[in-house]
Amino acid sequence: MRMGRRIATTLKRAAIHAGPTVLGIVVLDFFFLQLMPGDAADVMATEAGSASEETMAALRHQFGLDQPVLTQLMNFLNHLAHLDLGFSPRFNTSVLDLILERLPGTLLLMVTALGFALLIGIVLGSVMAAWAGKWPDRLLSIVVLLLYSMPGFWVGLMAIVLFSVKLNWLPNDGSETIGAHLTGFSFIADRLSHLVLPALALASFFVAVYARLVRTSMLEVQRQDFMRTAHAKGLNPFLVQLRHALRNALIPVTTVAGMHLGNLLGGAVVVETLFGWPGMGRLALEAVLARDFSVLLGVLLLSSLLVIVANVAIDLLHAWLDPRIGEA
Amino acid sequence: MTVEAEIVDTGSRAAPKKGRRLRAFLRNPTFVAGVAILGFFVFIALFADVLFSDDPMAMMSSPLVWPGEDMQFPLGTDQLGRDVLSMLAHGARASLLVGISSAAIGLAIGMVVGAAAGFFGGWVDTVSMRLVELFQTTPTFLLVIVIVSISAPSITTIVVAIGISSWPTVARLVRAQFRSLRESDFVMAARSLGYSRLRIIVQEILPNALPPVIVAASVMIANAILTEAGLSFLNMRDPNIVSWGGMIGDGREQLRNAWFLTALPGAAIAMAVLSLNLVGDGLNEILNPRNEP
Amino acid sequence: MSLLAVEKLSVGFPGHTAVHESSFSLDAGETLALVGESGCGKSVTAFSVMRLLPPNAQVKSGRILFDGLDLLTKTPAEMRDIRGKQISLIQQEPMTSLNPVLSIGLQITEVIRRHEKVSRKQARARAIELLDLVSIPDAHRRIDDYPHNLSGGMRQRVMIAMAVACGPKLLIADEPTTALDVTTQAQVLDLLDDLRHRLKMAVLLITHDLGVVAQWADRIAVMYAGRIVEKADIKPFFAQPLHPYSRGLLGARVDVDTEEHYLSDRLTEIPGSVGSAAGEAGCPFAPRCPIVVPACRLAPPPLIVQGERAVACPRVSA
Repeated sequence: MRMGRRIATTLKRAAIHAGPTVLGIVVLDFFFLQLMPGDAADVMATEAGSASEETMAALRHQFGLDQPVLTQLMNFLNHLAHLDLGFSPRFNTSVLDLILERLPGTLLLMVTALGFALLIGIVLGSVMAAWAGKWPDRLLSIVVLLLYSMPGFWVGLMAIVLFSVKLNWLPNDGSETIGAHLTGFSFIADRLSHLVLPALALASFFVAVYARLVRTSMLEVQRQDFMRTAHAKGLNPFLVQLRHALRNALIPVTTVAGMHLGNLLGGAVVVETLFGWPGMGRLALEAVLARDFSVLLGVLLLSSLLVIVANVAIDLLHAWLDPRIGEA
Repeated sequence: MTVEAEIVDTGSRAAPKKGRRLRAFLRNPTFVAGVAILGFFVFIALFADVLFSDDPMAMMSSPLVWPGEDMQFPLGTDQLGRDVLSMLAHGARASLLVGISSAAIGLAIGMVVGAAAGFFGGWVDTVSMRLVELFQTTPTFLLVIVIVSISAPSITTIVVAIGISSWPTVARLVRAQFRSLRESDFVMAARSLGYSRLRIIVQEILPNALPPVIVAASVMIANAILTEAGLSFLNMRDPNIVSWGGMIGDGREQLRNAWFLTALPGAAIAMAVLSLNLVGDGLNEILNPRNEP
Repeated sequence: MSLLAVEKLSVGFPGHTAVHESSFSLDAGETLALVGESGCGKSVTAFSVMRLLPPNAQVKSGRILFDGLDLLTKTPAEMRDIRGKQISLIQQEPMTSLNPVLSIGLQITEVIRRHEKVSRKQARARAIELLDLVSIPDAHRRIDDYPHNLSGGMRQRVMIAMAVACGPKLLIADEPTTALDVTTQAQVLDLLDDLRHRLKMAVLLITHDLGVVAQWADRIAVMYAGRIVEKADIKPFFAQPLHPYSRGLLGARVDVDTEEHYLSDRLTEIPGSVGSAAGEAGCPFAPRCPIVVPACRLAPPPLIVQGERAVACPRVSA
């Protein structure tokens, strides 16, 4: 019951907080669209091959492009309110449908990468903290610093060389074996084997971020009085670390995880392109190549909304970890 | 502390303090290692033309010579027969140039916004922080892609785009510093002496707010280099300039038969970014000495 | 045989020694107050008994006999069986000594389940009883609260419930009431005293508050700069403190043993600071001592036992 109330408070707070940000993103999006070379009429005209001045003017009038900027902004907002992100002549479908089709792919990749990053990062960070200043810490610190410095897509490429080209263990293209028509377990295994490399490539940088953070906050927690209380109860040191230290140390980690969600999505653009993964990021690049800016900006808009939603999820996780949040 | 005391304080102790600082820098192995590697890259970037006077984009030999095969091209040649070593050297120039100039833009915007928000508070603060949040919600890399797409990809566009998308972190940092320093004794003293706001901001608060900003700057350069590499890899690059990311992008086609074409520029990026991170970590240890075991 | 006998214990940090050859003992069911200014080595002594010193501190020499066995020779696993079961600890800051992210119920049951074979349900029932025992109202509801839901006094009661959960023979209370306001202080100390009688445990009470000592302790050991300078029963100590430092602590009024005394007569200021002991080759108190003579600065004076009392000052005698 108390948990329910805290969740409600957290959600309410997040909604109040996110509102203006969403509006800001939409307006920013609109102005980028204004700045883009050419407008929808130009795109249509190019698609059609040629168009006279009059038809161009008629098209502009039809799209409302000849109206003052503010009116156009209101139109834009109005369309958005009806979940209308425009039509993509190049892909011959509505922008929203196009993006929604790619959304699950990106979500799967993101969640898996974040999971990898948190899991590996927490383990590495805890090990480093437990042996702080000794050789396991020094060795892992170097490894982590290297991961922190390597471009994720390069890690992916090197992983392809090793695991796909040399060892032939894992596939390096797409999200499933084309034309295999697998079912049941082998279908899942196939999807998972396609997921491993891109997720690891995307996770590599964040593994380093979380490992460093967990190390610092675990060391910080060791100095707290409640750790002595826990040891004074005669509890197993491993249990003390797991139950008493880690849970406290994870609170700052979730905060930082939230701050890095945008970066994670940004990284997905390169990684998805590299691995031919059918997601929003690759769609963004396809849109750039096709010079279809409504799609590009649609991706930007939806990614930002995704970050906001994910941040709410992080807030809830935060509330679960820290009973002080969401009360009063 | 009165203003006079502050002046006397800095005046009389400046020299030994500086000496101690310098020794602290030299005694920090992380910092020294970082500076050494970074110095190497800066040297290569500055003298790339002298060291490798031929055009790095020119075909020099038969394509796909492996490293060590021909000592004239110690790191081999790419699919167009270009000297990989020479390209790496010239690529250092592009990476460092983009890294430093975009970090400078980001720092400039971030410091102005952060200083204003922290010093004035009120609605200036509210608006700035909303803006910061807006930019932090938008995936940085996508934002850079959008900005670069607005105009043709050239080194200037790339620098500006990375700069614009990287200021929020600095703004937050500077704002926090200003908020805590705003109420400090020496600022109060400067106010009571009737100094102008600009003078208080620039002469009194800013120097004291700098240490964490300096640490952030090295990390920003590192991130900018990574972002540039990603962009070049996706072929959003200045076609007239050799860049490490671009080399990786080109080498990707040869991944199966000549993976060194991908591995070498990637290693160069990793080392350059590593050196900047080491400098950042070292500076952090020196400037904010905490009780790390 | 004493329940706890600390013999010539020395504890060092890198660069300085926190405790010098200190000895004291504690019988079953008895309360011994270890008294001194902050930084004099009281807490370090207590943590040595539990073998919970900070990582950079180290026991240099001495023995800590508990029930006749030396705790310093126990393996970590044996030590864990003793902690929470035979010896437990209450810390100074109730605000920080409970884990903020775990419910108090979990924090109490985990110590019960660590040392006794009971089911989750039984442990919970015991935890509720314990909360009742330490006079927390509505125990069956409060058990699911988190530390931040409780006041400082309540939290210290929870700490006490946790500490006595497995019926320890010795309770170490490190400044248990320093962080609390005066009324809550008295309530918590009364509770501790009551529990000590009911559960027949000994209490090592670490404090700097002589008012607390006079009312709740049986015996006192005064520490100064890592050395025990005086040991005595409470009555004779307050009637006539011997060591110049003890006298300084009590100020001019040494005869009173009334209620007002504890409330009005806290630590009296002694000129100088405990830091002056650092460069002293002889008696650590010499730099601040009103009756110092040159001989005091030659070597630290030994603790001389005279009947029930002991004092480390050749200039005074019982």
